Amino acid sequence: MSLSSVGIEVRDLRVVYDGFVAITDISFRVNPGESFGIVGESGSGKSTVLRAMCGLAPRAAGNVQLVGAGGPSPALPVPGSKSFRRLMQMVFQDPYGSLHPRQTIDRILAEPLAIHGIENAEMRIERALDEVGLGTGFRFRYPHQLSGGQRQRIAIARALILEPQILLLDEPTSSLDASVQAEVLNLLEELRGRRGLTFIMVSHDLAVVTHLCAQLMVMQRGRTVEALSAADLAARRVADDYTRNLMEASTGFRRTPASLGSAS
Amino acid sequence: MKPLLVVEDLRIAFPNRDGGMTEAVRGVSFTLGRERLGIVGESGSGKSQTGRAILGLTAPEGRVSAKRLEFNGVDLLRCPPRERRELRGGRIAMVLQDPKFSLNPVMTIGDQIVETLRAHRRVSARAARGRALAALESVRIDDPGRVYDLYPHEVSGGMGQRAMIAMMLIADPDLLIADEPTSALDVTVQLQVLAILDTLVSERGMGLIFVSHDLRLVSSFCDRILVMYAGRVVEEVEAGGLTNAKHPYTRGLLDCLPRLGEARHPLPTLDRQPEWAR
Repeated sequence: MSLSSVGIEVRDLRVVYDGFVAITDISFRVNPGESFGIVGESGSGKSTVLRAMCGLAPRAAGNVQLVGAGGPSPALPVPGSKSFRRLMQMVFQDPYGSLHPRQTIDRILAEPLAIHGIENAEMRIERALDEVGLGTGFRFRYPHQLSGGQRQRIAIARALILEPQILLLDEPTSSLDASVQAEVLNLLEELRGRRGLTFIMVSHDLAVVTHLCAQLMVMQRGRTVEALSAADLAARRVADDYTRNLMEASTGFRRTPASLGSAS
Repeated sequence: MKPLLVVEDLRIAFPNRDGGMTEAVRGVSFTLGRERLGIVGESGSGKSQTGRAILGLTAPEGRVSAKRLEFNGVDLLRCPPRERRELRGGRIAMVLQDPKFSLNPVMTIGDQIVETLRAHRRVSARAARGRALAALESVRIDDPGRVYDLYPHEVSGGMGQRAMIAMMLIADPDLLIADEPTSALDVTVQLQVLAILDTLVSERGMGLIFVSHDLRLVSSFCDRILVMYAGRVVEEVEAGGLTNAKHPYTRGLLDCLPRLGEARHPLPTLDRQPEWAR
């Protein structure tokens, strides 16, 4: 089986911090090459799910398992192993906080290669920069010399330089301007098509999630509220009130009769 | 009716590395009555600097000039610093983006509100406490007595932002400048905070300048919108008529947002024209 088709399955995931249950029994499966979205408000645990999947948050119970086209296979790396980490990379929300301010782009991109003992760093760094549309001119700059959108491209390049199969995206565009957001979303989509990547994307913006992901899950207080498809959401076929609230809220502010009355 | 605020040819310049000055705001003009005005633009467009200059909060190295910058007939650029200080926080108030950074972390919320009030009005400590509690109640905080004694880190983002609005409104300003007041909040909380702002503004007949990057949100909330690009106002639109916006920048900005139930792959991106910045 080739590595170009890896998905992931999460079963009954639970994360506990000092007795506080942050994530309660979350399960979902993302087939190879598919994209899955997680939506929720701050504190709903959506980012913690991603962090627990890649080992940045402690798993109290449950299973994370890579799946191939034919389902789980013992040949696939197990969570925690170096090869697992190489297959699954993460892009963080804030490009101002996730890049080392005193390292050049070159050094930022060389570090994952050094950790995984990958040869010909030179060529890979140039190719990675090329792939995210920045070009080698950016190689010896510092993060503060780049705009927010350029920084997020570097963060994506850093994740992609190990040639992962699964990309965890934690609000990758929420600190960017609308026009830059469109560019980054297009870039992600193009890379997905070219490399057959599996995406798991966390966002509070329903429109952004449904743009990239066909399936999504709504979370509230560490639990799954509803799992649905992007088509369901677009057609407003939602079962839960909380999802409906989120959907209404994303259309903008509406003056209620009460506040109109007080205006007159 | 006389306008509340007149801004004519406002320019703000900052020193650049070559020893010259770079203009961040290049000739912005508008007048404001008791209405809700939105200023929209991307980062770097000068929208926040415009708001800050009205309050006199431009960084010390920045240079502000204008043909006219008048608030209620007071020339803001030439009035004595003392008068400017009294206006700031008293008659012109500002709500900032993120309550996590803009509230004093080592002072309780109640004490901060009282401090603002007593900086502008002569009131006894007891009366000030009463007014602070009433202000917290007016932003729909259920248990003002409890929140009064809490520190900013002990409350949620939405609660912190409401406390900030309470603090800004306690001296009964005529003009409120809100710089991305809801960008750090969750969508549903965002709408609650906007509803509170909306009620307060219309009940008190204040003028509101709402600075934001979110064109759709602003258009659903304000009466009128100024769209800024590279330090200039490129277009003024009535909030309801956003779909009729003419400037290619405004249209491009609207177009590049993903929409629910619309599959557009790839998304259109903004094709920036050099003449927009001219």
